This record gives sequence, C-alpha cells and structure tokens, in this order.
Amino acid sequence: MIENIKSFLGSFFVTGDPMIYGADASIALASIGIVFYLTYFKKWKWLWDEWLTTVDHKKIGIMYIIAAILMLFRGGVDALLMRAQLIIPNNTFLTSQHYNEIFTTHGTIMIFFMAMPFIFGLMNIAVPLQIGARDVAFPFLNAVSFWLFFLAAMLFNISFVIGGSPDAGWTSYAPLAGLKLDPGVGENYYLIALQISGIGTLATGVNFLVTIFKMRAPGMTLFKMPMFTWSTLVTSIIVIFAFPVLTIALALMSIDRLFGAHFFTIEAGGSPMMWANLFWIWGHPEVYIVLIPVLGIFSEVISTFAHKTLFGYKAMVWSMIAISVLSFTTWLHHFFTMGNTAMVNSFFSISTMIIAIPTGVKIFNWLFTLNKGRIEFTTAMLWALAFIPNFTIGGITGVMLSLAPADYQYHNSYFLIAHFHNVLIAGTVFGVFAGLHYWWPKMFGHILNERLGKWAFWVFMISYNICFLPMYFIGLMGMTRRMYTFPSGLGWEPLNLIITLGAFGMGVGFLIMVWMIVYSAKYGKRDTTGDPWNGRTLEWATSSPAPEYNFAHIPQVETVDAFAHMKEKGTADSIYKAPFQAIHMPNDSGIPFILSVFFFIAGFGLVFEWYWMAIPGAIGIVVCMILRSFKDHDDHHHIPAEEVEQTERAAGRLS
Amino acid sequence: MKKLAMKLIGACSLLLLFLTGCTNKIAVLNPQGPIARQQYHLIIWSVILTAFIFAVVLIIFIYVLVKFGRKNNHAGYDPNNHGNTKLEITWTLIPVIICILLAVPTVKTLFALDGPPKPAEGMSKKEAITINVTSADWKWIFRYPDEGIQTVNYVVIPEDTPVKFNLFAHSSMNSFWVPELGGQQYTMPDMPMKLWLQADHVGNYLGRSANFSGRGFAGMQFHVLSKTDADYKAWIQNIKDTKPALTMSKYEDLLKPSNVKTSAFSSYPKELDKKDNKAMKKMNHMEHMDIPENHMDLKSQDNDMDGMDMSDDSTKGGK
Repeated sequence: MIENIKSFLGSFFVTGDPMIYGADASIALASIGIVFYLTYFKKWKWLWDEWLTTVDHKKIGIMYIIAAILMLFRGGVDALLMRAQLIIPNNTFLTSQHYNEIFTTHGTIMIFFMAMPFIFGLMNIAVPLQIGARDVAFPFLNAVSFWLFFLAAMLFNISFVIGGSPDAGWTSYAPLAGLKLDPGVGENYYLIALQISGIGTLATGVNFLVTIFKMRAPGMTLFKMPMFTWSTLVTSIIVIFAFPVLTIALALMSIDRLFGAHFFTIEAGGSPMMWANLFWIWGHPEVYIVLIPVLGIFSEVISTFAHKTLFGYKAMVWSMIAISVLSFTTWLHHFFTMGNTAMVNSFFSISTMIIAIPTGVKIFNWLFTLNKGRIEFTTAMLWALAFIPNFTIGGITGVMLSLAPADYQYHNSYFLIAHFHNVLIAGTVFGVFAGLHYWWPKMFGHILNERLGKWAFWVFMISYNICFLPMYFIGLMGMTRRMYTFPSGLGWEPLNLIITLGAFGMGVGFLIMVWMIVYSAKYGKRDTTGDPWNGRTLEWATSSPAPEYNFAHIPQVETVDAFAHMKEKGTADSIYKAPFQAIHMPNDSGIPFILSVFFFIAGFGLVFEWYWMAIPGAIGIVVCMILRSFKDHDDHHHIPAEEVEQTERAAGRLS
Repeated sequence: MKKLAMKLIGACSLLLLFLTGCTNKIAVLNPQGPIARQQYHLIIWSVILTAFIFAVVLIIFIYVLVKFGRKNNHAGYDPNNHGNTKLEITWTLIPVIICILLAVPTVKTLFALDGPPKPAEGMSKKEAITINVTSADWKWIFRYPDEGIQTVNYVVIPEDTPVKFNLFAHSSMNSFWVPELGGQQYTMPDMPMKLWLQADHVGNYLGRSANFSGRGFAGMQFHVLSKTDADYKAWIQNIKDTKPALTMSKYEDLLKPSNVKTSAFSSYPKELDKKDNKAMKKMNHMEHMDIPENHMDLKSQDNDMDGMDMSDDSTKGGK
C-alpha cells in the first residue's frame, strides 16, 4: 500500500532535479505569501468583487496584461536556461529531457500565454474606448474568455512540477508527440491546455468582431475607425477562421492519445503529415494574429508622436486585409522539405513572397508618416521606431526563406530561429511594449517613467540584436534548432557564447522594465488631463483612468482621428457636459471564473485520464452554463445620472 | 537616434564581413557540389535583392529621423499630409518586380532539383548510384542495394557522381541534411522520399538531422566521405572482406532507441531491400493513382520502447 502511494507520488510530482525542487519551494512560498497577504490585509472580498467577478473590459484587459507579463517571465526564464545550456559545447547544465521540455514550454507559453493575451489585453483596454463604446458586445463572454485563458495557462504551467512537461516542441509534430514515442502526461497537458485557452480565444474573436461591427459611436463608419481598431477587426476574422482548425487538430490528437485512435500515427492508416498540415493551416494565420494587432499599435503610436495624421490610411487598411487573406494561403512553406512536388512548392513559394508586398506598403507608409512630422522620442515611440529596421530584417529573411530551394538549406536551422524571433520580437514584443507605454496612463492614470523606460528600451533592443543576428550565421554553419548540446570543433563556440550574452542582456532589459513599472506606480507623473500625448483618437477624450462607463456621453464622430478633429473644432468637452443621464451597464458575475475553474478540473482529470475527476468537472461546466441562461433578465444595471456627475467632477472634468 | 543608425550600420558591415571573410566555416555558403551550388546562387541572388530593399528602408528611415526629429526646427511640418497616390503605387510596384525577379529562378531551381544533377560542361555523364537511408531513433542507417553492404552513421560516395538517396524513417521523423552538398529532405514513416546530392571533390562533409526526434536527437550526426572512383571501389571491397554480416536480430537491436558509433556490415538481410522497394512502389503508385492504401508494414512499427533507458551520457558518447 505504502509502496503504491510512493510510486504514485513519484510519478505525480516531477522528482530528481534540484532545480525542480527549487521551483516547488518557490511556488509554495509564493502561494503562501499571496494567501497571507490577502488574509492579513482583508483583501479577499476586494479581490472577488473588483477582479474575479468583473466584466469591465478595462479590468479584464489589465488582468490579461498582468498574466502575460508573468508568462513573459516564465517563458523568458526558459529561454535563459536554454541559452545557459548552450553557452559552451558539451555542457551538462541541463539533461536532454529537461532541455526538450524547456524549449517546448518556451515556445508554447510565448505564443499562447504571452503574445496572444498581451495583445488581447491591449485590445480590451483600447478598442471599446477607441470606438466610443461603453464595453464590448458580450461582457460576460469576455470574462469567460479571460478566465479560460488564465486557468489554461495555470494548467499548462503546473506541468513542470506535476507529471512532467510536454517535450515534443511547440509544434508537437506527430508521430513524435504520439502515445508510443511519447508516453506520459506531458503532451496531454499541451493538448488540453491549448484546447481550453483556444475556446476562450475563439470567443474573443467573435466578441471583438461584433463589438466593432455593432457598437461604434454614431458617425464612425468603417473607414473612419482608428487603425488599431481596424487591426483588431482583421485579427478577429482571422481568429474565427483559423482557431476551429486548431480545435479539431487538438481534439483528434487528444483522441489518439487518450483513446488509442491513429489519426496521426501510421499504425492504422493515419498520417503524421496531416498533423503538419492542420497545425500550420492554423499556425500560419496565428502568426498574423499576433502580428496584425501590433501593426495597428505602431500606426497609432507613430502617428501620435509624429503629431501627424497617418500616411495612406486606405492603403494601410487594404494591405492589412490583403495580409489576412494571404495568411491562409501559405501554410505549406513550413514544410517545403516534406517531399512536395516542385509544382506545389512553387505555388507556396510565390504565395509566401507575395505577402512581402502589402507588408512593404505598410513599412513605407510608416516612413512617410514620419516624413514632414514633428517626431517626439517618447519611450513608446522608440519601441515603434526600433520596430521598423529590426522588423525589416525579419521581413527580408522571411522572403529569403520563402524561396523553397533555399529553404532546403535554412529549414529548422538557427537561420529560421533567428528569422521568426526577428519578426515576433521586433514585431509583437516591441509592439506590445509600445502599446503598454502608450495606453498605460489610460489604464492607471499615471505615466511610466521615461528615463527608466528608455534604459530598458536600449538595453533590451541592443541585446536582442546581439542575441539574434549571430543566429543567422550559426544556422548557415549547420546548427539546427532543438539541439540540447553541440560538439566542439565545428567553430560554433564564439557565436553561441555571444548569443547567450545577448539573451541575458534581454533579461536585464526586462528587469529594468519591471523596476520601471514598480517605480512609476509610486512616483509616476499623474495624468490629470486624460490626454497626456496630445492623442488623436477617442480613448484620449475621456479621463484617465477611464471611468467604468467610459464616456459620460457617447461621442459624435465626423472624421478619422476623431478626437484630434474635436480638439480643433473646440468640441472636445461635448462628451462630459451636463446634464447627464443614467447609463446602462452590465452586471458583474462570478460564473465566468467558476466555469473556468471547472474547466481546469475537467482538464486536469483528462490530462491524467482520471475520469472520476474529469466527469464531475464537465458536469460543473454544464451547470454553470445552465445557471447563466437563467440569469439573462437581471444581468444589467443603471448608473444614476448623479453618480455619473460625481465621477466626472472627481476626475476634474466639471468646473 | 544616431546611435541607432550607427548600430545598424555596424550590423550591416558585420553581415558583409561574414559573407566575404570566413565562408569556409559557413557550410551553406561553401557549396561542394552542384545541388548546393544551385541553392547557393539562389541564396546570394535573394540576399542582393533584399539587401537593396533594406538599404532603401534604412536610408529613408535615417533621413526622416534626422530631418524631422523634435530638436530640429519645424520646417516642413505638415500634420495633414495624408497620402500620395504616385508614391504609393511606386512602392507597391517595386516589390512586385522584386518578387518576380525572385520567383522565376525559384521555380526554375525547384524543377531542376527534382532530377539528378546535370554533368558540368565538357564532362561525360556518370552513372548515378542509389543509397537507401533509414533514420531510426537516433542513428542513420545507409544501405547500398547494388553492393549489398550497410553502414551506420557514415556514408561513402564516389566524387563527381550523382547519388540518389532514398529516405525512409523507422519511427519518428528526421531530416537528412548535408549543408555543404545540398539542402535537406525529411524522412517520414509513411512516405519514402528522395534526395539527389553530388560532391565535386574528395572530402569529408558533416551531416545531421534537422528535425527534432526526441532525446538522442542532438547526437544524430553523420559524415559523408567523398572518394575517388578507385578509392570508392576499394572501400566497398574492403567492407565486404573485413566487416561482419548483419543478421535480422542484430538489425532489430540497432533499431531500438539509442545513440551508436559508426559501424559497417558486409551484407544485410535481403528482406530489408524488399521492404524498401515495396514502400517505394507504393509511393509511386500513390503518386499516380492518388488512392491511399492502408496496409502498412506493421511489423516494422511494432518495436517496443524497451531501449528507452539510455542515459544522457551515451548521447554525447555516440558522435
């Protein structure tokens, strides 16, 4: 009996590595610390009322961003562990198995639990404000999306201390990720956690599509929308088309692993290549799901700090739409080397390089937005400016990779690694950092410290180049991705050392940024005007932080850059002039959080194939849905006119 | 902002340094055969065209930052400058032209790489040889069907001769890559594939797997030795004379997950050839008929995972 318990615990908890015990201890200490803090300062009720049950898009946005920064830390630590292992040849810092788990979780976390939530967080904060709405179309669903993502992220993250992490790469290619070559619960974590967060993502796509189509302020036609709203609209459409493919692919592989089917293993006529196809039919559009929104952010930031309207607005919109359509026609370029005919590879080579055309149009339009402007070098602007040359490097190497015969030489080498980090860091990461600085005053009412922000920018950006530019060359030297160690004598040592130094430099940049956030919370300059940057779009028309109802009066829109236009005409005060009216708002609800906890329970049960746990979890999910369907009649309330007046007065808007 | 410009110029000169200086160590930029050379030419052509685009972007970028940075006077400030159709058409058309300039050689090279490399001018055509490659966890197995010999983790080819590698996978997928001789191709369990390579000269070229296949993946390295025709023949004779024969049970041991050192066998069970041929035939059949067949060779896939207890040390030991 005791032996049984011992062997169960031995396989349940990951054992045998001092680093894992360190992680166990730090997780336990952090949890105890949080519980102690909440209890000692009597914050449980505050946590529940203000955050866990909120349906306010701004608070949900903030929670997304906090979670994304935590996940950036986790994924970043994974990256530093990998680089520490590769600092010298034949290193024994990590074992092969440990390294494989770490690069898998690094990729998965950075894409699913860092990049997407960070972007969704900024969308949540900015889009309803930019279109002059009071919230998103489905606030309850929005909370469900967030909590599904958050608990899925938690489910994925506990894998490294309970049961073991997935170890077949973030692409999870069959047959390696199949049950036979990869027994254990690791891959189950990958499949179930992504499935749960994928449901949330799909709901977010629907939510923002409807919000943007149905809830724009009067007068705001589609071609008067701010560019970030446009990018969110385009992204929502990509999400709606792409994510069902991932859902199906994950479901089929889950059936393979949990119930012994063979969709992706050849034993009963399945096809591993089918996984590659399904994965990348979702996966390539996914790249644009995390890229297109930041193109919107860059448009906002560059136009604001060049103090100039965006150059070529219509071309910007149409190029974004073109990219979104083309993103569905290029998936095969991820496996040019899987024995396709010359004809097939020709088609996908050309469809891939065509994407460079609308992307190039956007780059030139940004350059000409800067032209004839009055460029102000704020931290947000520095991130946006650094994006242009750094992303262009990623873009041109992308064109080089699109040439299939040349790709035979780059595929799966560090050249590829350098390329996609160049587009994903210079694009997505620089973009969310720019957005964070830009919208921070709207979220919290103070401005992030510029001096620390610039330090973080220069340290991070220079280190990023030190880290990734050498990867192109080490890739051409023949070093392939996912090697947990490399032999000496191939001339790979100096570049690997430089890459590792660059990676740690980026870590320093991140720490400066965290310090900047803490420092600014205490000493940051207050934003009393609601318009710290002399902004051009409607989110700057309301006070900072934005009141619960966003706008006392819904603004009237006449042109692009609606707020700049209002300021010119002198009608900017029209949104907070007395008399006020009662405002209709959605009610908070605990169901999204509880529903997601049941998803977590059911998911954990499925990971371990404990149906005694999965089935009650599933029942809990259904019960939550039924409960919600009966609450339809009392899911909203009105904020009385007097309270609106008080809020506006407190924000200094009424004299 | 000048700092940024300096850094970028530095990065570019670094690039040039690498392209001109130490290309010997950069395998892809040091092609040693006609296949790799075709790919190398395409790579250089794409570098030239994309570097042009990058230079244009960089020049405009530095110009606007210097001219319109806040510290300068506000001459030329025009907040409502919202577009210029002629300019926008220009920077749509130039990338279109560049795409065409890239697409044409890409498609040509793709079709050329489909068949054996053509002999260089003035050279007579040499008979191609065929080698069957199987990737197993985590080693490379080379069989010479015409000679009846097998090698593990190294392969010998005659110089200046087209070599057709038929690629098979025993369990997980790997990718067969010898950068100095040419680009890679996957080995897949349900789909035999082919890759033509050829070496100009006598030499020793490093190859490795480019697709992650599990714990011993980093050790999936092999050498391609290119020899003169006479040396090649002598080598084959030597293998036949001095190396042991491979039995089926030894072969099955070899397929178990492990990293191993190089080895060679004077012969191997004939049924392995039959199996390879059957898979190839089925592949050709599928290409023509487009009807998937479900009966796979179950036996070859039924290897259990008993051999998984390899320690990490053995991974490093097996080169």
